[in-house]
Amino acid sequence: MKISYQWLNQFVDTEKIDPQKLADQVSLTGIEVASVIAPDAGLKKIVVGHILSTKPHPDSDHLTLCQVDIGASEPVQIVCGAPNVAADQYVIVALPGARIADNVKIKRGKMRGEASEGMICALQEIGFSDSVVPKEFQNGIYVFPNPEPVGESVFEYLGMTDRLIDFDITPNRADTLGMHGAAWEVGAMLHKRPQFPAVEISEGNTKTSDLLNVTVENKEAVPQYLLKVVQNVNVQPSPLWLQIRLWNNGVRPINNVVDVTNYVMLEYGQPLHAFDYDKLTSHEILVRQAHDHEQLVTLDGEKCELVADDIVITDGQDPVALAGTMGGLNSEITAATKNIVIESAVFNGTSIRKTAQRHNLHTEATIRFEKGIDESSTEEALQRAVQLMGELANGQSSQGVLVGNQVIPVAKEIVVVPKHVNHVLGTEISAAQMASIMDDLGFAHQDQTDQLLVTVPIRRWDIFIEADLIEEIARLYGYDKLPSTLPVGAQTIGAFNTKQTLIRKVKKLLLANGLDEVISYALVNEQEASAFTYEQTADIKLAWPMTQDHAYLRQNLISGLLNDLQYNLARKQNDVQIFEQGNVFHKINDEQQPNEIPTLAALWSGQVSAASWLGKSQAVDFYYVKGVLTDLFENLGIADLVTYQADAAIPELHPGRTAKLLLGDQVLGFVGELHPTFQHELNLPEAYVMQLNLDVILAQDLPVLVSQAAPKYPAVERDLALIVHQQVTNAEVVNAIKAAAGKYLTNVQIFDVFTGENIGLHKQSLAYRLHFQNPEATLTDEQVTNAMAKVTAKLQTDFAAQIR
Amino acid sequence: MSLKDQLEQLRRKGVQDISETDSQKRLNEIRVKLLGKKGPITEVLRGMKDLTPAERPTVGAYANEIKQDIAEAIDQRLHELNKVALQHRLQHETVDVTLPGRPIKTGTPHILNQMIDDIEELFIGLGYQVVDGPEVETDHYNFEMMNIPKNHPARDMQDTFYITKELLMRTQTSPNQARTLEKHDFSQGPLKMISPGRVYRRDNDDATHSHQFTQIEGLVIDKHVTMADLKGTLEVLAKHVFGEERKIRLRPSYFPFTEPSIEVDISCFACGGEGCKVCKYTGWIEVLGAGMVHPNVLKNVGVDPEVYGGFAFGLGPDRFAMLKYGINDIRQFYQNDLRFLHQFQQEAK
Repeated sequence: MKISYQWLNQFVDTEKIDPQKLADQVSLTGIEVASVIAPDAGLKKIVVGHILSTKPHPDSDHLTLCQVDIGASEPVQIVCGAPNVAADQYVIVALPGARIADNVKIKRGKMRGEASEGMICALQEIGFSDSVVPKEFQNGIYVFPNPEPVGESVFEYLGMTDRLIDFDITPNRADTLGMHGAAWEVGAMLHKRPQFPAVEISEGNTKTSDLLNVTVENKEAVPQYLLKVVQNVNVQPSPLWLQIRLWNNGVRPINNVVDVTNYVMLEYGQPLHAFDYDKLTSHEILVRQAHDHEQLVTLDGEKCELVADDIVITDGQDPVALAGTMGGLNSEITAATKNIVIESAVFNGTSIRKTAQRHNLHTEATIRFEKGIDESSTEEALQRAVQLMGELANGQSSQGVLVGNQVIPVAKEIVVVPKHVNHVLGTEISAAQMASIMDDLGFAHQDQTDQLLVTVPIRRWDIFIEADLIEEIARLYGYDKLPSTLPVGAQTIGAFNTKQTLIRKVKKLLLANGLDEVISYALVNEQEASAFTYEQTADIKLAWPMTQDHAYLRQNLISGLLNDLQYNLARKQNDVQIFEQGNVFHKINDEQQPNEIPTLAALWSGQVSAASWLGKSQAVDFYYVKGVLTDLFENLGIADLVTYQADAAIPELHPGRTAKLLLGDQVLGFVGELHPTFQHELNLPEAYVMQLNLDVILAQDLPVLVSQAAPKYPAVERDLALIVHQQVTNAEVVNAIKAAAGKYLTNVQIFDVFTGENIGLHKQSLAYRLHFQNPEATLTDEQVTNAMAKVTAKLQTDFAAQIR
Repeated sequence: MSLKDQLEQLRRKGVQDISETDSQKRLNEIRVKLLGKKGPITEVLRGMKDLTPAERPTVGAYANEIKQDIAEAIDQRLHELNKVALQHRLQHETVDVTLPGRPIKTGTPHILNQMIDDIEELFIGLGYQVVDGPEVETDHYNFEMMNIPKNHPARDMQDTFYITKELLMRTQTSPNQARTLEKHDFSQGPLKMISPGRVYRRDNDDATHSHQFTQIEGLVIDKHVTMADLKGTLEVLAKHVFGEERKIRLRPSYFPFTEPSIEVDISCFACGGEGCKVCKYTGWIEVLGAGMVHPNVLKNVGVDPEVYGGFAFGLGPDRFAMLKYGINDIRQFYQNDLRFLHQFQQEAK
């Protein structure tokens, strides 16, 4: 709510403190102020003018030539295009040199040959929002209701010199959605008790209960329902001061009756509604839950189809208002209205919130009922409206309040123990100081031994327990006065756990190998979610996704990386090496949370080393990617435990260039090239991907490392070349060598792979370097030769290898 | 000519020849020629038999002296020639040091993870544990346990991605407060934790909204934890992330799971608090929310709020990074344009 500085000062004297300064203080002690609005900001040379005479423009059928008194020695001629311009109006005149809304400059000029010394303005042209301009002036110039001093700046007469402090409230502080609540808040901060004038009304002799009957069926949902009738009202525009209050708060002035209900709402935070008494088909008001499919045309002209969860006000038969939300068109106040019913009520906030959402009707009233209102002032607000209708519309009040229900909550009593307060805040605030803050808030208290018994007024329904009062004390004492310390107490150990340590390590290793880290979305589309998976677990779908692109939980990380690849390719970034660490989600069932599996995935596409003056670039291939993985596994101490199995189980991957990775007998993940068909469908270049389940690595028990001294005795190397069938794999040969070579073999490296006509069809030549070492002695030539003989024999037996 | 004169002449001629020689090969020839068995000095020494016994030692000593002089002259000249030859070689081996090196690339950690890692390490140093929690949460932990009852506006369908009535994408990392508190054994000491992770809100993605973003939750519960401790802790955090000169300011706010609740502003790092575009001319920038843990949250997990209490805070690494580096579109974090990501290489710790 925008708190008018001038209005605020009617309740609490702010001693002319600068509005911005006041706003800053409010922000620090209570309510965040979004901004301080100056309606006249940026405007100048806009004055009151008096139109002395008008005549049609000789060359136009819609322009009017006006002789306008602007307080100068002579009247000036201004050409005006507004349809409602007429002689003897007091209007807004932008003089030559003026700045109007949107920083538009007004110049002296000629319109179709006639001189124009400025411009007669509509309210919108001096910065008013179209939504607050009174309907009669919406399509024309504004006309002052009464003569104003000609030639004087208009700002003061239109309420534009006021400053509006925009309270951006948190949901618990809806008590400041009325001027009274705001005044309490500002008063507490300034140590001043706000003053509210007493409501005084004179009632007629007709009893309200003779004019109306009321029944509230659903008393739980409607804790208060109060009515009064005002008779013989004179419906007309409100006085300007009241209109200013409304439009400065974003409310459009309509007529004095409607305006009074809105004005009182701004004053007390209590929404009111006025019905045309004579339009009610019966005078038996019945408040009840709506019937399903019941219909009501609301004041905005929209037809609402109601449901049983909506609360309605009926005239005994038909709905005349959607409770707490919007009135019905059938009982609307019009210029012809004579007698009115004013309703002041409290409706269940949750119910109103749901109604507002269901019918998309969010109004000033629903906002207040949703967030809560001061239930101790519901009746006073009703009387206040009656008082103003008497003063402004000459209405005659009925006698007494007609009560449908009136359950007023009891003020809460809360014990505040100063020791607790200081314990929580880390302060040394005295009990007397705390009591004085309670005084500032207007909270009654009894000072007892070591504690205060505080009575919290109903207007502060956000306060329930001692902690809430500790907050009141803390904020008004001033958070800036809190000391700044660090927790003391028993020492605690900060350390990453095994999983966190592993994740940090694998990320560092991939970074070191040139891959950039990305973060993709965990919510993906249906196809993306279940691609690149071995086990087809069931999809996990959002109940109400925003878009189909983010409707499913991912079961793999590759889809996200492919999106990132596409994004970069579209921007001519063709060399992409990226990885992501995050969770994939495996559904268990509808009741349980899914398994969240910590996963690492990477993608390579394009060149892995750039071309330079020193040489050509190097494109990624299977063995480059495998090299990165090998480095990763070696650094994790699992290189010897990982096996690669040719695999064609994942349809998105190339069946001949994909390996399933096993750690022991557990599936660790996969590495491979995109399937050419899949690649083609996504319009991608060649790309390699890998994905690892980090839980599998975490579950692997690794022996404790026992160090060994660097070898003292020399190693011996022997080379071995053999020709075998092409289907024999490197892994098979290496395993055979390891099995046969004896305990001194320390390493086997393949250093050549060759196929060609000269070695025979379906044959391949493989060359290995074997490293032998005895940690305890120098190996003899005989020992090594014997080992090589066993290896040779084994390879000849197992693979019919031809040793070269 | 006496033997002595002959020797003197040999020396003069020899030293001159040596100094004029500019090849190592020629020097060796001179060495053989002058100092060899068939050389002139040896020849002269043979003539010593004609000398008187008194003259012999003098001439002999002189001859040896000359032999030594010539040998030294050869060594010195050889050293000089080696030096020249090396210089010559070095000149030919010169590279253009301004040519670029071989391309070697290391990857860049994602800036959001850099921010998270940095904050994790800060709090590890302060004795906190880092706690992970599920991204798919239950309504119970995400809301009920956090003192957000049914029908609270924060639970609106429009804010939360529900999967079923009970399961949802967590909207905050706060549920890890309850999850960790439930398991914590206070007889073993206080609970000090942070919990980073991805969170989800039912938002349309635009420059300032993302349906997925990151959060770090902090929680300290013990018998004597004060709001002053919260203030001090947040000061440490603000200075660590945004610079030593930063000040912080606490403002009242509201969260269902803390009471009192505060918003925390830092003094603007762009202008130092004078007022500029970054801080919207206020001198302050809102960076996070915090407060003292609401007694209901403690009660919900079976911790006695009469005995234990403490503080909690929640911050957004996305917002931190956007502020610190002047990033004006949150979507950039999740689009992963390599040109965007690479610029943060130098920030990696």
